[in-house]
Amino acid sequence: MIVLDGVRKAFNQGKPNEFWAIRGIDLEIELGRVTVLQGPSGSGKTTLLTLIGCLARPTAGRVRLGGRDISGLPERFLTEIRRNSFGFVFQQFHLIKGVSVLDNVVLPGLPTGRRRRELTDRAHALLSRLTLADKAASNAEWLSGGEAQRVAIARALINEPEVVIADEPTANLDSSLTEAFLAIVAALKAEGRTVLMTSHDPLIYRAEMVDRVLSMRDGRLVSQAP
Amino acid sequence: MTDWVEKQRNILDFTLSSLRRRKGRHLGMLAVYAAIVFLLASVMLFSHAIKREAAIVLADAPEIVVQRMVAGRHDLIPGAYADRLTGIRGVAAVTPRLWGYYYDAALAANYTILVPTDQAVPAGSVVIGGGVARARGAGVGDTLSFRGYGGEQFFFTVAEVLPHASELVAADLFLIAETEYRAMLGIDDGAYTDIAVSVRNPREVVTVANKIIAALPDTRVILREEILRTYDALFDWREGLMLVLLTGAVLAFAIFAGDKASGLSAEERREIGLLKAVGWETTDVIAMKVWEGAAVSLAAFLAGYLLAYLHVFHFSGALFEPVLKGWAVLYPEFRPAAFVDVFQVLTLFFFTVFPYTVATIVPIWRAAIIDPDAIMRS
Ligand SMILES: Nc1ncnc2c1ncn2[C@@H]1O[C@H](COP(=O)(O)OP(=O)(O)O)[C@@H](O)[C@H]1O
Ligand SMILES: [Mg+2]
Repeated sequence: MIVLDGVRKAFNQGKPNEFWAIRGIDLEIELGRVTVLQGPSGSGKTTLLTLIGCLARPTAGRVRLGGRDISGLPERFLTEIRRNSFGFVFQQFHLIKGVSVLDNVVLPGLPTGRRRRELTDRAHALLSRLTLADKAASNAEWLSGGEAQRVAIARALINEPEVVIADEPTANLDSSLTEAFLAIVAALKAEGRTVLMTSHDPLIYRAEMVDRVLSMRDGRLVSQAP
Repeated sequence: MTDWVEKQRNILDFTLSSLRRRKGRHLGMLAVYAAIVFLLASVMLFSHAIKREAAIVLADAPEIVVQRMVAGRHDLIPGAYADRLTGIRGVAAVTPRLWGYYYDAALAANYTILVPTDQAVPAGSVVIGGGVARARGAGVGDTLSFRGYGGEQFFFTVAEVLPHASELVAADLFLIAETEYRAMLGIDDGAYTDIAVSVRNPREVVTVANKIIAALPDTRVILREEILRTYDALFDWREGLMLVLLTGAVLAFAIFAGDKASGLSAEERREIGLLKAVGWETTDVIAMKVWEGAAVSLAAFLAGYLLAYLHVFHFSGALFEPVLKGWAVLYPEFRPAAFVDVFQVLTLFFFTVFPYTVATIVPIWRAAIIDPDAIMRS
């Protein structure tokens, strides 16, 4: 269970341009479900993802993961939790250009101290699951949008995280690729992972396997569809 | 602990595969870096080798040389002085010597002409140094002709060309028999160029020298120790001169390195942001860049040093010869014995690899403390 308790987040706090991007959110997200954050641009969806995914700390309030309060932990511990519990699929994918697909996929695994062999075995398995087996040695720079996203997903899964976080995952994809992405999400759900994503694409938030849609506006939750 | 080692191995692996990108940039960096190391190492190896060579040669030189002075100028010394020297306490051996310079007008070169004291050259024969052999195009069995002091021609058959071993000093040697030396240069019997004196106890050299001056007031003594010191000072001075000139190059390199290695591109910043987001710690990112800097500078250092080694010991320091060896007309074919001084290597390593690595770390550290959420907004 991920629990948010009175979470608020300010940017540039104490300065003239202080801005409260999250203005008080109480929320419980059950593990093993697919949750979508929906809302207009600037409503704070991405910011909320960074707070849940240990990429940033809330200015006020608490974030709890599996009963553990993670909002007050020092950077080092946050990094470790982020590495082991969360996998990220970024909107722009952010693959590293010029190195192979395989090297991109193992990236989050390198600082864990797991053996290289173990990491590459797992990376190959993930790539073939995502129908990218023949791309392992290719330069990540020359992939199509759909391929790049599947590589980004493989990278998010290399450390076997409980939670996969995806920010606007289909903003750069056409409908058929969006369907393919949803199929992958369904498979992740089937193997028990929690998926948390933002989107204002109806194809996503109306999709059948989505358990819950949260709407945001001006840094607050508006309504909760069942 | 094993986790830590494994982690560093993983990071190093990734560093090496990512080094292959931006190949042009890294290779350019590597080339300039290696060139600087090459120049510095060449100067160091070369002047060091020359000093060693000079020391080896001088080790065979007499401890004391006695010259006669007339009106403040070096003059011929009578053979009778040798007997007086033999009588001085502490003197082990006394050897009157005959030598001088011969100007070869045809080649505009000076030879050192001398009568060897440890071997006898038969009349009509000559033993020559490598430089003379090359200048005259002569080998064993050839006949060389020279004009004597009175204008008459002397003919010599080359009996031997001196080996390479100590060419730095032996290149211009011309060894002949005593009778021909006297006839060709017009030196009277019983007169010598100078007298070499060896001493029983090396610690008494100065005492013996003082006794010699007291016994023979019209002479001057030259001590081997002093020559050695003069040589060292001379070569140190020239090495210093070269190093000063090279400092300019090193400075240029520092600026180049600072610019190339540390000016992180937007692309690199984005990558660092990504690494942080997917769970790399600040120290992991810095470790990666340290590995990168270490790989580049180690490769450059090894390449530069290896090239310098080849340059000095296989190509006789071809680039510096004129500066470091001075103005001799017959250039010795200098093949110094290969010799690497560990302390010298460490010094050079410290002054190249260390500043480069430090120069690259500071900006990396600044980029590496970027907030991990930054990547979500780029
Ligand atoms: N680093 C930042 N500094 C200042 N303001 C920020 C920063 N990041 C986001 N914001 C502001 O916070 C608000 C919410 O942003 P975001 O969470 O990205 O919204 P969404 O993802 O819903 O479009 C926006 O108005 C944005 O301008
Ligand atoms: Mg957003």
